[in-house]
Amino acid sequence: MSAVITSDEHSHDRPRGITRWLYATNHKDIGLMYLLFGLTMFLVGGLLAMLIRMELFQPGMHIMQPELYNQIITVHGLVMVFAALMPVTAGLANYMIPIMIGAPDMALPRLNNWGFWLLPPAAILLVMPWVLELFGIGGGTIDTGWTMYAPLSVQSGMGMDFALFAVFLLGVSSTMASINIIVTIFNMRAPGMTMLRVPLFAWSWLITALLLIAVFPALIAGAVMLLTDRHFGTHFFNAAGGGDPILWEHLFWFFGHPEVYILLLPTAGILPHIFSTFARKPIFGYKAQVYSFCVTGFLSIIVWAHHMFTSGMPASANIYFMFSTMAISVPVAVMFFCWIATIWRGSMTFETPMLFALGYVVLFGIGGLTGLVLSDAVADQQYHNSYFLVAHFHFALFGGPVMGVIAAAYYYLPKITGRMYSERLGKWHFWLTIIGFNVTFLPQFFLGIAGMPRRIPDYALQFSNLNMLSSIGAFVLGASQLLFVINVIKTSIGHGAKADAQVWDGASGLEFTLSSPPPYHSFAKADGNR
Amino acid sequence: MISKRKLLGLAATFGLAGLIPSLAMAKNPFDFQTPVTPIAKETLYIHNLFLIIIAVIFTLCLGILFYSLVMHRKSRGHKSALFTKPTTTKQWIFTIIPFLALAFIDYVVLGIPAFHSILALADTSHADMVVKVTASQWKWQYEYPKDGIKFTSTLSTPQSQISGKQPPDKHFLLEVDHPLVLPTNKKIRIVLASNDVIHAFWVPAFGIKQDAVPGYLRNTWVDIKKPGVYRGQCAELCGVGHAFMPIVVIAKPEAEFTAWLAQQKIKQARAATAENKNFSKRELLARGKSVFKANCAACHQLNGMGIPGTFPPLAEGKAFSASPQMLEQLRKRGFYKNGKIVMGPVKDHVDIVLHGIHGTAMPAFVSQLSDADIAALVTYERNDFGNHTGDVLQPSQVKSIRSTKK
Repeated sequence: MSAVITSDEHSHDRPRGITRWLYATNHKDIGLMYLLFGLTMFLVGGLLAMLIRMELFQPGMHIMQPELYNQIITVHGLVMVFAALMPVTAGLANYMIPIMIGAPDMALPRLNNWGFWLLPPAAILLVMPWVLELFGIGGGTIDTGWTMYAPLSVQSGMGMDFALFAVFLLGVSSTMASINIIVTIFNMRAPGMTMLRVPLFAWSWLITALLLIAVFPALIAGAVMLLTDRHFGTHFFNAAGGGDPILWEHLFWFFGHPEVYILLLPTAGILPHIFSTFARKPIFGYKAQVYSFCVTGFLSIIVWAHHMFTSGMPASANIYFMFSTMAISVPVAVMFFCWIATIWRGSMTFETPMLFALGYVVLFGIGGLTGLVLSDAVADQQYHNSYFLVAHFHFALFGGPVMGVIAAAYYYLPKITGRMYSERLGKWHFWLTIIGFNVTFLPQFFLGIAGMPRRIPDYALQFSNLNMLSSIGAFVLGASQLLFVINVIKTSIGHGAKADAQVWDGASGLEFTLSSPPPYHSFAKADGNR
Repeated sequence: MISKRKLLGLAATFGLAGLIPSLAMAKNPFDFQTPVTPIAKETLYIHNLFLIIIAVIFTLCLGILFYSLVMHRKSRGHKSALFTKPTTTKQWIFTIIPFLALAFIDYVVLGIPAFHSILALADTSHADMVVKVTASQWKWQYEYPKDGIKFTSTLSTPQSQISGKQPPDKHFLLEVDHPLVLPTNKKIRIVLASNDVIHAFWVPAFGIKQDAVPGYLRNTWVDIKKPGVYRGQCAELCGVGHAFMPIVVIAKPEAEFTAWLAQQKIKQARAATAENKNFSKRELLARGKSVFKANCAACHQLNGMGIPGTFPPLAEGKAFSASPQMLEQLRKRGFYKNGKIVMGPVKDHVDIVLHGIHGTAMPAFVSQLSDADIAALVTYERNDFGNHTGDVLQPSQVKSIRSTKK
């Protein structure tokens, strides 16, 4: 190197070009990659959803065969859960937690790099069988639904093996991210920041990370058993060899139910920050929320079999899982109470993040309340695997976590890019999303009540009107997400007014003491002896 | 450019215009299909109770939220308060009450009826009769063990309606060739089994949905209070035919049911003797065609041309490529050569129909098709779709192949 470069540390720490991203150890770079990856996969998953709604626009098979339909619904589910939502919340954690708790970086930067770079291969494994099919190899990708119930998944083609390996990679990736977040929060807080002063978002991620570490092994174990059943002649899920197909359901849902809270909690943690900012009022019930994160996290591990009320469990098991499930309504209600109490008697303005956060409360409210209905083991005989269930979990997962990460994205976009996004586009995005979402999913409650099963590519005539309506809503919902993409791109390439450090006038927290965008290395000197 | 308000109005009108026709149907859209069993009635009661309660909770919370959104805004000059938790005793009481109310709703208002209905559903004792339902990809087999009657029920909606070449019937995708017939006002225990993957027996009007798990028996029960035709579907993803295995139940008063049962017995006895006779080629072809239509056409297509890459054609000389696994199986049995389908030996043909091809989507029909059915089917397949083997198979031959293998 020439002598021009002086003692500037940045030239060492900030590689240029592709290596900056490939070898990234900086939490902000890795956070950005997570966020971009998540957004990309959100669009991929959304495109698949559009295909589903196109096929369901009218009765009859029109644009695809049932095999492809089953593959699309499966990949839609897996992509949205594992490749879109989880990476986005992990990206927010990577970017925000260190600057929220005054840490110079994540505790384990190289682990962090590896954690991210396992994701793209996992996503590729999910869709690669489609490419291989084009070359005449195999019959397409995984087609069993994201729940992968055995023995259907034992019978399924080689796409299943690709998906299982994707699950292994995702498991390793999120376990590493979780360890990193736990270590960072326990060890790298600014002096004087006791655990009960840690920002709620960090707290919610702490519980999320603990959950991930607790439950992912069950899925991985199940996936290994499935793989050996498929290729090495074991009979874990085959009654003829002394196994039990229901074992898979238990393993899957022991992971799968907490997974819902793994998606939910980080956004439940970001919401109070947004409400407090735009109501210009401190967070209500900080401790109550911390405790409800803990209680929700714990309860989520002991209620899994409420997904299996129709599998033929004994009455005693149904009773236990029903009553334990009902218990979750209490800590979740505590969160709702605190959110509303935070804005109560505030001085509110309604910028886009606030709108999405309020939309979250309403839509997730519907998701939560219909969840209460679903907890009834016998009424569940009518709801289970019907479109009522589909509507319920989309209200719970789009209405909650997706609205939450969009709110967070708008909230932190000026902090991350140093530019204000377009408020006008943001508001369009919000209203079209709300309308599109409700037109898509409200009719699905009625479809379920009328008796339409889920995961069918074709349906009886009495379901036609509502399906068409739902499809129209879905197209509006899908198209309106492009406004978000446009807004993010415009902001990132420097359109919009410059944002100051404070960004929002009611904002508080360490992240808003840094310039916008924050320096590449933040809180490094305050803490020099570490 | 259209103003924002106009566009919103347009969207709202559009949404409502779509909703109204469906909401205006004679039935309350919040109700399940009209219940006809005690369990379904209990479920509907619980469902309605739930909906009222969650509607009240939702409206209350939304009311408070919207009051706040309207009143506590900066543009109205509202100054923000600074409280962060309840402080006075009164505030604590106000804070705790909603959660006590919620717990009361969970465990008393909803919990007690739910508890009762779980026990009611689980009680399959003292049944007046037993029906065994066996699910397989993608059909239902119904068996009346006491009377020795057994038949298979498959979708009867023609393929041409599904592919949109013909307008759909009234009961599109919800009609079958042989519906399950049950007596009214009898407690009927339904024993569920599965031959391959997990399926679920769901008839909304009965309020029951029970998975059929391969290798295990599951129990549920119905007591149908009203004669009629009730339609349902498989409710657990079971592969490509999941949407195409409906359940149709005809409930008859006891006298009519007994008469039906007697008739079935005679039919079955006649069929059993007929199995052993020798058929003419024409008889076999006619019967084979209908067996093919009911059991094979969903995958191999009515014209026997299959679906490229997935389901092999049955026509000799037609090119086909698929997973190496499937091709290897076909080659081994003599049905595949140099990238083309060829007609293998009759014995292997029957074997494939009887036992399926392990590791592929080809299912086993050993317990679903009679010897005569298979004889007819194989004869048909070897003499149609452009095949001219001239082979004629009789039931007795199938019988001997059936008994030699496995």
